[in-house]
Amino acid sequence: MSIILEHGNSFLLLACLFGFFMAWGIGANDVANAMGTSVGSKAITIKQAIIIAIIFEFAGAWLAGGEVTSTIRRGIVDTSSFVDRPELLVYGMLASLLAAGIWLLIASYKGWPVSTTHSIVGAIVGFAAVGISFDAVQWKGVAGIAMSWVTSPLMAGVMGFLLFKSLQKLIFEADDPFAAAKKYVPVYTFFVGFIVAAVTFTKGFKHLGLNINSSEAMLYSVIAGLVLAALGVYMKKSIQRDANNGQLQIQNVEKVFALLMVFTACAMAFAHGSNDVANAIGPVAAIIGVIQAGGEVLDKVNTPSWVLLIGGGGIVVGLVMYGHRVIATVGTNITELTPSRGFAATLATATTVVVASGIGMPISTTHTLVGAVLGVGLARGLAAINMRVVGSIFASWLVTLPAGAILSVIIFFILKASFG
Amino acid sequence: MTTNNPLSMLFGRSPFGPLQEHIDKTYAATELLQPFMVAVLANDWVEAKAVRKRISKLEQEADDLKREIRLGLPNSLFMPVSRSDLLELVAQQDKIANKAKDIAGLMLGRKMQIPESMAEPMLGFINSGILAVEQAQRTINEIDKLLGSGFGRQVTELLSKMIKTLDKLEQDTDELEIQVRAQLFRLEKEWPPVDVIFLYKAIDWVGDLADRAQRVGGRLQIMMAR
Repeated sequence: MSIILEHGNSFLLLACLFGFFMAWGIGANDVANAMGTSVGSKAITIKQAIIIAIIFEFAGAWLAGGEVTSTIRRGIVDTSSFVDRPELLVYGMLASLLAAGIWLLIASYKGWPVSTTHSIVGAIVGFAAVGISFDAVQWKGVAGIAMSWVTSPLMAGVMGFLLFKSLQKLIFEADDPFAAAKKYVPVYTFFVGFIVAAVTFTKGFKHLGLNINSSEAMLYSVIAGLVLAALGVYMKKSIQRDANNGQLQIQNVEKVFALLMVFTACAMAFAHGSNDVANAIGPVAAIIGVIQAGGEVLDKVNTPSWVLLIGGGGIVVGLVMYGHRVIATVGTNITELTPSRGFAATLATATTVVVASGIGMPISTTHTLVGAVLGVGLARGLAAINMRVVGSIFASWLVTLPAGAILSVIIFFILKASFG
Repeated sequence: MTTNNPLSMLFGRSPFGPLQEHIDKTYAATELLQPFMVAVLANDWVEAKAVRKRISKLEQEADDLKREIRLGLPNSLFMPVSRSDLLELVAQQDKIANKAKDIAGLMLGRKMQIPESMAEPMLGFINSGILAVEQAQRTINEIDKLLGSGFGRQVTELLSKMIKTLDKLEQDTDELEIQVRAQLFRLEKEWPPVDVIFLYKAIDWVGDLADRAQRVGGRLQIMMAR
């Protein structure tokens, strides 16, 4: 207990530093995957993408990131094992942050498709199981998280498939695809607004001190959806049909989807912020919780919202410094995604991730997006998909967990030895 | 920086670009049969040789593209159309180019003499075959749009229309073939028999051009109608 009091401030500083570092890494690298599809399909420019990302990543982290943060904090390790020695929790969380950060650095250098989420979860499980005791890990919670890694790409895939099928049925098979596309714009923007708002209202405002019951939340979500639908109605007016555009009017239809992509890009950034930022910030919140309680390990502490601000800030800094370049790289490589497919894929991903954030499941945005893209491909929407990549992603899961775990165990023992 | 990004890697190189390039080369080779025929009719064997060389070069390039498409289609590539259908389509396309080269080779090799009264019908006949190949090329080049809409009902209709046109062009060519043959039949006793036999063969092959163009359309229909 005295260690916490003695070194409290340095722990706090380290935690904020490491957390910021993680968030910075996410901003520099991971955001590109969330925004790359929109840029790649030429729906928005890189500059617009960065501005959207800054606003909505931040909003997502702040408004809807609380649940995932608390899962990372208390869903993986059994906090009751630390009541006697709270400093071990601090060491462990610091070690996890650093381990995940280092592993991500190595992985991006080598170009492996690893996920922030997987590395941080692996790291926390590692220090708890080896550094403390095997029973310190809430294996049931971990199993649930692992399950969600399988189900989230599946769910996104099914949604992507259904969304693209609905586009085919409602728009591409209509007698006048362009008119049909314009007609359904408000429907889809309503859907985007409703899902995002539903998760935010039911889950996000709790830690801001606002209590909204579920029927109110439903009402507000519908209103938010309607507002976006109205916005869609307003914006679609500016899209004009190009004359002599061929019988199928594909280009005209894609122009409509480019507009829709702006909405889904915002939703993607929001979803990403709500889930991935929380990963980086969860351990920080745990450490701060211990220190603020003066060494007590409390079971229920609300995540202070300024901690989420660190995450949001880190993302923004990372984005501004490197995001530009990475989005350009990813975006130009994904030229195969036309706005209509990009729309189906990103909407499916954003929905899945936001829902996962709502129930506190830390999942990987990138892997979910991969699932959604496969779904669109299954609906005969894409020219060619390299299935080998799916295998390499699966392999990266298997490697990332032990790698994060081993690194965090090593750092944990170093910290323990140096602080006593 | 992120060249190995899982997302960008996820998108395999589309085989449809090379497929279009291949039919473009094939058509370019076939199209040259027209100036070739003009040279043959004018007995200008230097020019004919030069044109044949260009045809042969284009055919070779088409062959290279065919190989590239085949090698670029690993089993791990997930496409909206079946892999074997696609390979079959390329094979059919390639046969058009081969036939064009064969026709030029046969005519040049034998320094084929064509009865003067047949010059006009023969040119028309070859042009008709070229038109059929051109229509096949146009149809293949629609693939982009087909993919763009994920194969909706509209697309199927458009494709059917284009293939109907292709069938019509093939029929036209058939009809011209019958006329040209009939004309040759009336003249055949006045000409050296061996020359006549090979002229029949050349006529046959020109008819094959349109036939194969039609088969490309058929293959395309099978491919899309899954």
